[in-house]
Amino acid sequence: MNNVRNKKRANKSLPFFFKDEFKVFFVIIFVSTILLVTTFTFDKVPPILNRGIQPATFPKGLLVLIMFLTAVIYYLSFKNPWKKEKKLPKPFFLTILSFILFIIISKTLDFFLAISVLSIFVSYNWGEKRIFYLLLVGILFPLVVFIFFEMILGLRFPPGIITNLYYY
Amino acid sequence: MMAPLFSSKLLIVLIFGTLFGLILGVLPGLGPTTGGALILPFTMTLDPLSAIVLLTSIYCAGTYGGAITAVLINTPGTPAAAATCLDGYPLAQKGEAGRALGMATVSSTVGGIFSVIVLVFFAPVLAQLAYEFGQPEYFALAIFGLTMLASIGEGSPIKNLIAGAFGILISTIGKDFMTSIDRFTYGINELSVGIGFIPVVVGLFAISEMLTQSTLLDQVFKRVALKAVKLPSLDDYKKTWKTILRSSGIGSFIGVLPAEGGTVASLIGYSEAKRFSKEPEEFGKGSIEGIAGAEAANNAATGGAMVPTLALGIPGSATTAVILTGLIIHGVRPGPDLFREQPDFLYGIFGAMLIANILFFIFGFFGAKLFARITLVPNKILWPMIFAVSVCGTYSLSQSIIDVWIMLFFGVLGFFMRRFGFSVVPVIIGLILGELVEGTLRQSLVIFDGNWLMFLTRPIALTFFILSLIALAFPLLRSKKQKK
Repeated sequence: MNNVRNKKRANKSLPFFFKDEFKVFFVIIFVSTILLVTTFTFDKVPPILNRGIQPATFPKGLLVLIMFLTAVIYYLSFKNPWKKEKKLPKPFFLTILSFILFIIISKTLDFFLAISVLSIFVSYNWGEKRIFYLLLVGILFPLVVFIFFEMILGLRFPPGIITNLYYY
Repeated sequence: MMAPLFSSKLLIVLIFGTLFGLILGVLPGLGPTTGGALILPFTMTLDPLSAIVLLTSIYCAGTYGGAITAVLINTPGTPAAAATCLDGYPLAQKGEAGRALGMATVSSTVGGIFSVIVLVFFAPVLAQLAYEFGQPEYFALAIFGLTMLASIGEGSPIKNLIAGAFGILISTIGKDFMTSIDRFTYGINELSVGIGFIPVVVGLFAISEMLTQSTLLDQVFKRVALKAVKLPSLDDYKKTWKTILRSSGIGSFIGVLPAEGGTVASLIGYSEAKRFSKEPEEFGKGSIEGIAGAEAANNAATGGAMVPTLALGIPGSATTAVILTGLIIHGVRPGPDLFREQPDFLYGIFGAMLIANILFFIFGFFGAKLFARITLVPNKILWPMIFAVSVCGTYSLSQSIIDVWIMLFFGVLGFFMRRFGFSVVPVIIGLILGELVEGTLRQSLVIFDGNWLMFLTRPIALTFFILSLIALAFPLLRSKKQKK
């Protein structure tokens, strides 16, 4: 019974605001509008110093062009609807989550700890359960990268709880 | 021409670049563009010639490397090898993987060498012409480049235009280079110097590909067994020599045009090979001509794409955009003056490309079996490692954590762009050309006293504008013709 209901629901065409075409159109227009409003806050150059056009004019023109072309692709999608994309799988969202974890850990604790955590997290969630390989991607490889960048390229990494052990 | 290359250091760089390029080409999802972007920060420790030799050898070898995976696992290592799958894999399935790879190796080498010859002769001519260019002409040329990219690049031309305009918009972030007024900085100090090229490229190519791979984890590759790469037989040569030469010409020409270089070239090379073939029905079933047509064309596009990059500073493909960035960060300004002031440097690049084509022939011929094994490295091991290198490489350039966050942002953005049919290549080209487009437009308006119509009084600029209109109209005409 549930299957029949689901099938019926799937056959029904989606409301316009659920379609990819509209989502893309909405996001581009929304972001472009915010940016366009921002351009009105740019400082103006006095006419005597102004060479050619005001600094805000060029980005304004680009944003209007982007909005116009976005409207065109949305209009064209009425005739030729876009191919429906598959649902994104769980590992995708976990990878995005790992990026957020990376930002938080690199900002608060340590840059290399963040790389290690992300590497182990991604590798594990993508299906690697063997401890040796998790240690390889999470500890051994970042260590090799650290030594390479630090010793050969002379790069100084941002301070953190692990990096400080090496620097001080 | 080869004189600057007779140093052991440059030869080591060339060999390393070729091997690295082959590995990048073999691995699906990576490729010379992403690999070049990843290695760009490392080139800072090298002198300019070594750095560009490294990048160009990666470009040449990476383009060929894609054929190995295309033939053996039916997955193009690079987008430029997509057409090679059509006949390479069926031929490999018939137990002739060695023959298929042998033809791919020979035709890639011939195409590559042909395009270097085109580069040697054509780039100085184009550079000489560029002496006639003023600001309005450069503006019109950049617009032509972007419209060509939109028109003959992959995917929807309108989406490509949006992506290109977005790339130019990114280039406006930071202090305005003419008036020092902040634009889109939102009070963040790090943004006032603008957004660097490396975080954007690594994000759009490497990180977005990592996200794409996270959606393809259930994909299983079946690898066809390979005993050894075989040189084509006399019969194969007789059958394909015309195709190889034709595709080399097509590839070099397409390469010169600013577009997605090898990808478009290989598709056109393949379809022309089919059109001229005496056995068109064999295409798609393991035709040796199909492999030759696609591979000669995509490698010929490498030298072709270097022509506008070196002569005009306009990249002919995504990878040459990375090479152009390499030139700029090493203080080398491409354009006509480069040909007059640093001929040794240029001949070094030409010679390096020539040697790289010979080297990948040798490595490909003897080592294809070994390179094919690299595809066995599982994604769950490979991509976290690529992430570590991406993060450190991006951080290393200006030692700013903000750059790493920008890279992640563009990674997520790039993933969704690709998901909804927007190519990320125009964003890169737009970002590269952004300053040129805006700078030349504003300087032209100063020259013209604000009168836009004066652009039409400059014959070269007018020609480029007309060509841009034709380029924009081309997809419309093509779709109408297809409907008929």
